[in-house]
Amino acid sequence: MLSRHLQRLEAESIEIMREVAAEFANPVMLYSIGKDSGVMLHMALKAFYPSKPPFPLLHIDTGWKFRDMIRHRDMIAERYGVRLLVYTNPEGLARGINPITSGSQLHTQVMKTEALKQALDKWGFDAAFGGARRDEEKSRAKERIFSFRSKGHVWDPRNQRPELWRLYNTRIGKGETIRVFPLSNWTELDVWQYTQAEDIPVVPLYFAAPRPVVLRDGLLIVRDDERLPLEPGERTQMRTVRFRSLGCYPLSAAVESTAATLEEIVAEMFAARTSERSGRVIDADEAASMEKKKREGYF
Amino acid sequence: MAPDGTSKTPPEAPGKGLLRFLTCGSVDDGKSTLIGRLLYDSKLILEDQLVALARDSRKHGTTGDDIDLALLVDGLEAEREQGITIDVAYRFFSTPKRSFIVADTPGHEQYTRNMATGASGSEAAVILVDARKGVLTQTRRHSYICSLLGIRHVVLAVNKIDLVDFSPERFHHIVGDYFGFAQALGFESITSIPVSARFGDNVTSRSERLRWYEGPTLLEYLETVDADHELAARPFRFPVQWVNRPNLDFRGYSGTVASGSVTLGDRLVVAASGRESALVRIVTADGDLRSAQAGDAVTLVLADELDVARGDLLARTDARPEVVDQFAAHVLWMAEEPMLPGRSYLMRIGTRYVPARVTSLKHKIDVNTLEHIAAKTLALNEIGLCNLGSATPVAFDPYAENRETGAFILIDRFNNATAGA
Ligand SMILES: Nc1nc2c(ncn2[C@@H]2O[C@H](COP(=O)(O)OP(=O)(O)O)[C@@H](O)[C@H]2O)c(=O)[nH]1
Repeated sequence: MLSRHLQRLEAESIEIMREVAAEFANPVMLYSIGKDSGVMLHMALKAFYPSKPPFPLLHIDTGWKFRDMIRHRDMIAERYGVRLLVYTNPEGLARGINPITSGSQLHTQVMKTEALKQALDKWGFDAAFGGARRDEEKSRAKERIFSFRSKGHVWDPRNQRPELWRLYNTRIGKGETIRVFPLSNWTELDVWQYTQAEDIPVVPLYFAAPRPVVLRDGLLIVRDDERLPLEPGERTQMRTVRFRSLGCYPLSAAVESTAATLEEIVAEMFAARTSERSGRVIDADEAASMEKKKREGYF
Repeated sequence: MAPDGTSKTPPEAPGKGLLRFLTCGSVDDGKSTLIGRLLYDSKLILEDQLVALARDSRKHGTTGDDIDLALLVDGLEAEREQGITIDVAYRFFSTPKRSFIVADTPGHEQYTRNMATGASGSEAAVILVDARKGVLTQTRRHSYICSLLGIRHVVLAVNKIDLVDFSPERFHHIVGDYFGFAQALGFESITSIPVSARFGDNVTSRSERLRWYEGPTLLEYLETVDADHELAARPFRFPVQWVNRPNLDFRGYSGTVASGSVTLGDRLVVAASGRESALVRIVTADGDLRSAQAGDAVTLVLADELDVARGDLLARTDARPEVVDQFAAHVLWMAEEPMLPGRSYLMRIGTRYVPARVTSLKHKIDVNTLEHIAAKTLALNEIGLCNLGSATPVAFDPYAENRETGAFILIDRFNNATAGA
C-alpha cells in the first residue's frame, strides 16, 4: 500500500504524462537506467494501462556506463515490452572522447549533451520526459515541470513561462521542444520509498557489496573495467560500497555503506548527511555548472 | 529507524500530510533568508551543501563573514551575482509532524508572474514585511494575488524584528496596517508573527527576546495549518485528458478527478453535449476501483459509446457545471505586450483549448487600494475584471466554488507564451 503522500505524488506524475501523450505528436522518455528513471517508467506503465505507454524510451549511451547498468536496461526493455532506442554520438566515438583523457567536462558535453540533442533531432521528438527532481540541485529547483526549449534546445532560465495551477501550456512552434519532468516534486527519499512499495527493479549497484575501488581525490571510484588506468601509487582495494546516483563509471563516486536491501537504503536515507550529487564529479566544478550545462541542452 | 536509533523523518508524517506553501513579499524583506533558516534549523542542510554555501557566501554574500542563508535558495547564476531572486525555487523539508514543499518567490514587480506561478500551487502563504519598512505596495500586490489564486491561509511574518529592537509597538502597528487592507481579501485566516530570519527568532524556536508575543512560532504554525481544499466535498468533475483505446474492445477516459467523488453505477453527463451514460468501470493498473475521489488518476469506462474526447468535462447528472460562451473573470496579465480587448487568444480551461477574446475590460484594480479604475488595456502585471467570450461553449464552475474547474490561462496565439490567467 502506498502512503497518502506517495499516492498524491504518483497521481500528479501520471497526470503530467497523460498531458504529454495527449498533446504532443512525438514524445520520448529519456531512460538513464537509474532509480529515478525506474520510477518514471513504472508510472508510465500505470498511467496508460491497459494501453502501453505511447512513446519509446531513449538511452544516451556514452560507452562508459557500468556494465550492470547496460544489463539492467536490456532486461527492463524486454520485461516491460517497451521500445528502447539507444544513441551514441558517432563523432565523439570516432574522436575517442572519453571521461579519462578528455576530461569530464568535454566528455559530458560531447557524449551526453550533444548526443541528446542529436538524438532528439534525428527522431524529431517534440517532447522529452526526464527524471530530474527539484530537490537534486539548485538550478533544477528553479525549473518548470513543462520546461520550454527554443530552437537548438536552449533553456532560458531568466525567462521561463509562467506555470499556473496544473494548466500546463503545451503549445510550441516549429523546431521548439519541451522537456517534461514528472518527478519534479519528488525527493530522493520518496523515490526509494516508492521503489520499495511498488517493488520496482533497480540496478544492483545501488546495493552495498564488496567492490574494487580506487581512492582518487577523496572519492571512491569503482573500477568497472580495465579502461580506467591506475595512477602511480594507486591500487584497487575491496570496499563495501554502494551508489546513490549512477552515471559514467569513472565519474560516479560510491559511498561506503552496508545497506544491501531497499529497507536498509530507506533507513540510511533518514540519517543521510550529504546530498546524492556530492558523488558526481561533474557537479563539483563550480556552483553554476549544472545551470550552464542545462542552458546548453543537458537534461 | 536510522542506524543510531533515532528517526529523523518518519516515513509518513501522521495526520497532516504534505503542505505546499510560498514565501512572498517585497525585495529584500528576507524571503530567501527565512527559507534558508527553516532548512538550516531543521538540520536539512547537508554537509557538502554547507561547504558550497560557505564558498558562495564569501563570493557573493551580504552578511560579512557569516554564512548568507539566502544563497541556499537563489539557484541561478544571475541571481547570485545580482543578489536578487528572479524565479521561483522549490525547496523540500520535513519535520516529524509534516513534510513541506516551499516555493520561494521573487519580490520584484517585474517577476510577478513567477510569484503567481509559485502561489498557484500553494495552500498557504507566508507574506514577509521588513519591520523597518512596514506594508509596501508589493506586500499588497502579493496578498491580492494570493487571494485571487485561491489561497485561504496567510501568515504575516514581520521580519527583521531585531532591527527595530524587538518592539511590540512597531509589530502591532504593522499588523493593524495590514489588517486594514487585507480584511477585504477574504482569507480564512491571517496569523501575524514577529520573526528574525537572520537570527532565527520565532522561526523554529521561541524567542527569549520576544516574550511579549504569545502565538505560535512560524514552524509550529506551518505544522498545524489546515491544507485541506475541501475539493472532495465539491461536485464531481472529471476533465478527460486522454482517450484510452488499446484495442476495439476497450474504450476508457483517462484523467484525474478534479473534485468530488464518483461511484460505479453513477449517471454521468458530458457537460458540453449533455449526453449521458452510466459509469461501469473505474480502471487503474492496480485493479478496478468501486469509487474514486478528488486527486485520483484513473480511467473511466461508460456503459454507452458516447462521443467523448480530450477536453470534455464529465460530471454527475445531478450536479452539472455551467456551460457558457460568455463570462466575466479576473485576469492577471503576464505578457510584455498589453492585453487588448478584441484580440483573439487561446484559452486553456481544464484539458480544453479554445479560442477566446476579451470582449471588454470592465475595470483595472489598484493593488494598493483595491479601487476600480477605468482602463482600455492591461499592461504586464496588472489585474483587471474582464468579460470574455469563447468560440465554442465551455464547461466551468465559478472560481470561488472550484479552483480546479474555474481557472484558466490565456496563451498568445503567435508566440505561444502564457499571457494571462
Ligand atoms: N538583521 C536582519 N537582517 C535580515 C533578516 N532577514 C534578512 N536579512 C537581510 O536582508 C537582506 C535581504 O534578504 P533576502 O533573504 O535576500 O531577501 P529576499 O529578497 O526577500 O529574498 C540580506 O542582507 C539578509 O541578510 C533579519 O531577520 N534580520
